Amino acid sequence: MVGITSYGGYIPRYRLNRGTVFGAMGWFNPVTIAVAQGEKSVANYDEDSITMAVAAGLDALNGIGREKIDGVYFASTTLPYKERSCAGIAASALDLRDDIRFADFAEAVKSGTTASIAALDAVKAKEANNIMVLASDYRMGRMGSMVEQFYGDGSGCLVMGDKDVIAEFKGSYSVSYDFVDHFRSDDAPFDRTWEERWIRDMGYAKIIPEALQGLLEKTKVKAEDVAKVVYPCYFGRDHAKLGTKLGFKPEAIHGNMHAETGDTGAAHPLVMMVSALADAKPGDKIIMASFGSGSDALLFEVTDNIKKLKGIEGVKGSLAHKADLAPYEKYAVFRNLIPMELGIRGEDEAFTAFSTLWRNRRAVMGLVGTKCKDCDTPQYPPQRVCVNPDCGSIDQMEEYRFSDKEGTIFSYTGDMLSFSFDPPQVYGIIRFKGGGRLWTDFTDCKLEDVKVGQKVKLSFRRKYYDDKRGIHGYFWKAVPITES
Amino acid sequence: MASGIKDKVAILGMGCTKFGERWDVQAEDLMVEAYNECMEDAGIEKKDIDASWFGSCFDEVNVGKSAISLPMTLKLPYIGATRVENFCASGTESFRGATYAVASGAADIALAMGAEKLKDTGYGGLPDFGTAMGTFNRLIMPNATAPGSFALMATGYCAKYNVSPEDLKTALAKISAKSHANGAKNPKAHLRKNVTVDQILSAPIIAWPLGLFDCCGVSDGAACAIVTTPEIAKKLKPNEEPILVKALQIAITSGEEMWYDNWDGAHVETTTRAAAKAYAEAGVKTPREEISMMEVHDCFSITELATYEDLQISPRGKAIDDINDGFYNLDGKLPCQPDGGLKCFGHPIGASGLRMLYEMYNQLNGRSGDRQIKDPKLGLTHNLGGFPAMSVCSVAIIGK
Repeated sequence: MVGITSYGGYIPRYRLNRGTVFGAMGWFNPVTIAVAQGEKSVANYDEDSITMAVAAGLDALNGIGREKIDGVYFASTTLPYKERSCAGIAASALDLRDDIRFADFAEAVKSGTTASIAALDAVKAKEANNIMVLASDYRMGRMGSMVEQFYGDGSGCLVMGDKDVIAEFKGSYSVSYDFVDHFRSDDAPFDRTWEERWIRDMGYAKIIPEALQGLLEKTKVKAEDVAKVVYPCYFGRDHAKLGTKLGFKPEAIHGNMHAETGDTGAAHPLVMMVSALADAKPGDKIIMASFGSGSDALLFEVTDNIKKLKGIEGVKGSLAHKADLAPYEKYAVFRNLIPMELGIRGEDEAFTAFSTLWRNRRAVMGLVGTKCKDCDTPQYPPQRVCVNPDCGSIDQMEEYRFSDKEGTIFSYTGDMLSFSFDPPQVYGIIRFKGGGRLWTDFTDCKLEDVKVGQKVKLSFRRKYYDDKRGIHGYFWKAVPITES
Repeated sequence: MASGIKDKVAILGMGCTKFGERWDVQAEDLMVEAYNECMEDAGIEKKDIDASWFGSCFDEVNVGKSAISLPMTLKLPYIGATRVENFCASGTESFRGATYAVASGAADIALAMGAEKLKDTGYGGLPDFGTAMGTFNRLIMPNATAPGSFALMATGYCAKYNVSPEDLKTALAKISAKSHANGAKNPKAHLRKNVTVDQILSAPIIAWPLGLFDCCGVSDGAACAIVTTPEIAKKLKPNEEPILVKALQIAITSGEEMWYDNWDGAHVETTTRAAAKAYAEAGVKTPREEISMMEVHDCFSITELATYEDLQISPRGKAIDDINDGFYNLDGKLPCQPDGGLKCFGHPIGASGLRMLYEMYNQLNGRSGDRQIKDPKLGLTHNLGGFPAMSVCSVAIIGK
């Protein structure tokens, strides 16, 4: 049996109220009031499509051992690097095996489902037992545009495999068109879009139904027998109509998540699919479809194994952890929509030695340290001479991963002197359950909510962006967990 | 056990510039200024100097790498010159080099110079760390500054001793107010203004819980010492009782505080270790009674508070009581920072260790004017570099 073996989701903590956007930019484009309901998910200043993908991937690893992953397919239209595999960066952060395949699927918002089909093909062909599909987007809309209101940030992960399948893959149907509802040239920071009415009537309303109808016919499934169907369409009133016209029951149509996240691009079908899986029961038929340069539609049937899958946060879990991002100007600066005075300290960026990074790739990207075989002391960064003063053994170390260990705050500060896009820069020393310490930046928190002894979890984040050299540097930050 | 440095080396002369935002001068000018005062005090000629050491830290904004700038500036005649850099202990390291040269007999007279020109970065505070900790640490270290890294110890102190941040901040404010009172009396100090505890408490936060007045001045400056044997000192200055080095200790972290799981985050282990070794070397049994005065590394007020305890002057967890009692004030039992400290004299890193020794030396010689401490016997200096969890410490004791 081939299908989904685990899943994960991630919606960044910050939500931007669309009224805030309208309040800032409505003077320029009053018609945006029509879609200015709810909130959109917005990446923190230290998040991008890679870090969000890693978060969704880590979530999925709660349901499957990382040693079982034979490949990573990463879909995004906002890959931080054009040349340097972003799937490779994510695989390093997830601390997966070295003997795996990885590939980036880019340049169309349907690439998330395309990567899913490619992963299923590889598993069906017995070339791999499990392929992790990551889909993540950090969507950029010009200030005052409609898409600024429509777009959101987020990521989803589906692991496609052939053992302990929670949702069996029943078939797929694809249509591919060079339908230019929006595009972005190689060097452009923003999309250009065609008229919305044309996109709605000739795009969403034609292409998605064609793919869904084709899938139903190919798999000989009736629309009314489908428990859940997920597909994007940021036109709220038209979204459900696409499905009901085909005979899907209204309650089977998963919402377009406009009010919660906005359209997360390549990630959106997977984000909605992960959301749907959280409520799925054995026997449910679920369809995941995409839109953008055509459409892919995939049919799954949920198995009994879904009851065994525990500990996954999913999209619903991360939707619950949210904080308002305001004012609008803060959002605009986080996304580099407007230039801000960085100061000389903010402009300084030390160079990145890639040879150093390569030697220490598991330590930096995977947060892997060492544990002394003689005294069981975990230590980060990796040591050759044991730091335990009563031990001091030399070269008696085994590798020890810290990214999945629970930590508590030992001490912290909020630093107004160091440059940060979100001052104060909060950082401190954390202690890991089981031993070991890490001095690192904190994120997704407010200084006044941070306490000594508070639990933290580790999150892979962009540590710096060296704009002179175009280098995105990544490391692990601590996210204080606020009990709600 | 080694016999130690005690009474083997005498300070023949010292000099120190005015510290501050010396926009009009180069580091080289500062060296000349400190050197002139020092040579006049020592009463020797340039040809008498056998070897020299130069302490400086941030070579990016100072005079660059190597010791070349020292002899080229002073036109020292092809003698040995060595640059030493050990964060905030750099100045004391240069003194250690010169002292060891004399103690070993390799030199009769040696010069130690420390100079730092920090105000060429274009912004407040110290230069960013960048790759200062190496290319690997650049990839993993937090976006930290010096005040932030020391603020962690304030948080740690509150947690360990169950002190509220407000109570700690009030005690820290008293530390800074005391140093401002002393600095106001010192013509060479960078910051010469009395400030009240209320002013300190209402100042902007730099790195929570530390505010503006919890942080020392970032300054330009240079300081200089000439050391020799006690015998030569007595010969050259027959009417003066020489000021002798009683102890000179350095302790550097082994990594335990940052990487092992037993450091309490509320003290500095290197200071604790260096102090214990220095007291043993100097033969000091009860530091609280025997040390007459001290200049400690108050880069931040919390550092000074922790240092009181690490030096075994205040009992662990009880420094606040001594602060409240005025124990460390200029008129207290053990005056600390009589020259204003790093807080107000300023902190040109490479010069600071020598600046502290300059104050202790002048006090021991009775030359400190209205800041003069009555009849001091032993003066202690202390430098702390790096971060509380990853530090470099020097402790020196001098006396007659």
